[in-house]
Amino acid sequence: HHYSKEYIDINPLRRLPGLKDGKFILSKSMAILFYLCRKYSTPSHWYPPDLHTRARVDKFMAWQHTAIQLPMSKMLWIKLLIPMITGEEVSAEKTEQTLEEVKNSLKLFEEKFLQDKLFITGDKISLTDSVALVDMMQVPWGGNHNVFLNSSKLAKWRMRVELAIGSVLFWEAHEWLVMLAEWDCSTLDPMVQERICEFLQK
Amino acid sequence: MGLELYLDLLSQPCRAVYIFAKKNGIPFELRPVELIRGQHLSDAFAQVNPLKKVPALRDGDFTLTESVAILLYLTRKYKVPDYWYPQDLQARALVDEYLAWQHTALRRNCLRTLWHKVMFPVFMGEPVSPQMLAATLAELDVTLQLLEDKFLQNKAFLTGPHISLADLVAITELMHPVGAGCQVFEGRPKLAAWRQRVEAAVGKDLFREAHEVILKAKDFPPADPTTKQKLMPRVLAMIQ
Repeated sequence: HHYSKEYIDINPLRRLPGLKDGKFILSKSMAILFYLCRKYSTPSHWYPPDLHTRARVDKFMAWQHTAIQLPMSKMLWIKLLIPMITGEEVSAEKTEQTLEEVKNSLKLFEEKFLQDKLFITGDKISLTDSVALVDMMQVPWGGNHNVFLNSSKLAKWRMRVELAIGSVLFWEAHEWLVMLAEWDCSTLDPMVQERICEFLQK
Repeated sequence: MGLELYLDLLSQPCRAVYIFAKKNGIPFELRPVELIRGQHLSDAFAQVNPLKKVPALRDGDFTLTESVAILLYLTRKYKVPDYWYPQDLQARALVDEYLAWQHTALRRNCLRTLWHKVMFPVFMGEPVSPQMLAATLAELDVTLQLLEDKFLQNKAFLTGPHISLADLVAITELMHPVGAGCQVFEGRPKLAAWRQRVEAAVGKDLFREAHEVILKAKDFPPADPTTKQKLMPRVLAMIQ
C-alpha cells in the first residue's frame, strides 16, 4: 500500500490526482501522500516522526511546489506538449528562461537538500525523494534535456530512489511519460486545446 | 537562546507565523528583518537562511524555513489546541490540501496584486500597464471564486466548523490585496462573513497588530536607487 502513491503521478492531460475513500474525496498529491501514510501506517522512514527530520520533510514539500514542480512541468509543456498540440514551437527566449529556472532549482536541490546524503533526509528514502524525482522525471522524457546526465550526484540519487521503490513499479508508474511522446493529440477536446493556446500566450 | 523568529510583517507568510505564535502563547524572540531595506540580503541574515527569505525560525542549533513547515513545527512542539491541525485523519487531510493548493494559487495572486497595484508603481517607481494590472486582478478574482466554491462552500471555516492553519494562511494572504486597496470582500458576503469569524477567533487586537504594516503599504516612501537595484531581480523572480 505504501507504494500505491507511485500511481499518483501528475499527468498534465488529466485532472489533478484525486483520492476517493468512501465518501471522502481529496485532491493535491501532497495531501494524498500524507493521508495514505497515516491511514495505512506506512514504514516511518517515508515521513519520519522525529521533530526536526519531519520539519525538514515539510520544508522540502513546501519549497518544491514553486521551486521544482512548477519549472519542471513548464519544461514538459514547452518542449513537448505545446508543440505537439498547437504545432508551434515556443520561443527560444522563453525556453531558455525556463531551462535556467530548472538548472537553478536543481543546483539548489543538490546544495541545500540532497547534499552528500544518500537520500534527502539521510540514509533512507522518504516522501521527499519520491516527490522530487517524479517532478524531475518530466524533464528528460518530456523535455529532452536530461537533468541526470549533467550531474552524477543526481544520477546516483535517482538510481537509489528507483531501487528503493523497485524498478518494475517505478517504470510502471512512468509509463505515461514514455507513451506521451507517441500520443495522438487529434483526440484532444477542443476546449482543452483552446486553454492550452491561452496558456501559451502568457 | 530560546526560539527566534525572523519576520517582516510586510510578508504574508510571516504574518501567519506571527499570529500563530502569539495566539498560542509560544515564547519567542522577534528578530525583525526589513525587506524594503534589503535586510534579507545581508550576510548576517544569510547565516540564518542562505535562501535569503523570511520567515525563518531558529531553535537552538536548528534552523527552519518555509512558513508551512514552521507552522507545523510549532504545532507539534508546543502542543497547541487540536483544531489548528486536527488529529482526525480526514480533517487533517483537508488542511493539508489547502496548504498544498495555496502556494501556486492564492499566495501567488495576492502577491502579484500587491506588487502590480502598489509596490511597483509607488515603492519602485515602475509603472505597471493597465492591461497587466487588469489581468492580475482578473486572476485574483478567479482564485477568490475557487476559494469560496472549492474550500469554504457552506462551512464556517475553510476545512470545517473550527478555525485551522488553512484559515490563518488564507486570511493573511487576502490582506495583501486589501493592503493594496482592493476590496476583495465587497460583493462576496460569504467570504466577508468568514473573515469576521477568523478575525474573532484570532482576536481583533492581535489581528490588527499583525496587519498594521501591510495596511500602510500604499504609504511607503519610494525606494532609493541603490535599494531598488538590489531588490529588483529577486522581486521579479518572486512574482512570476
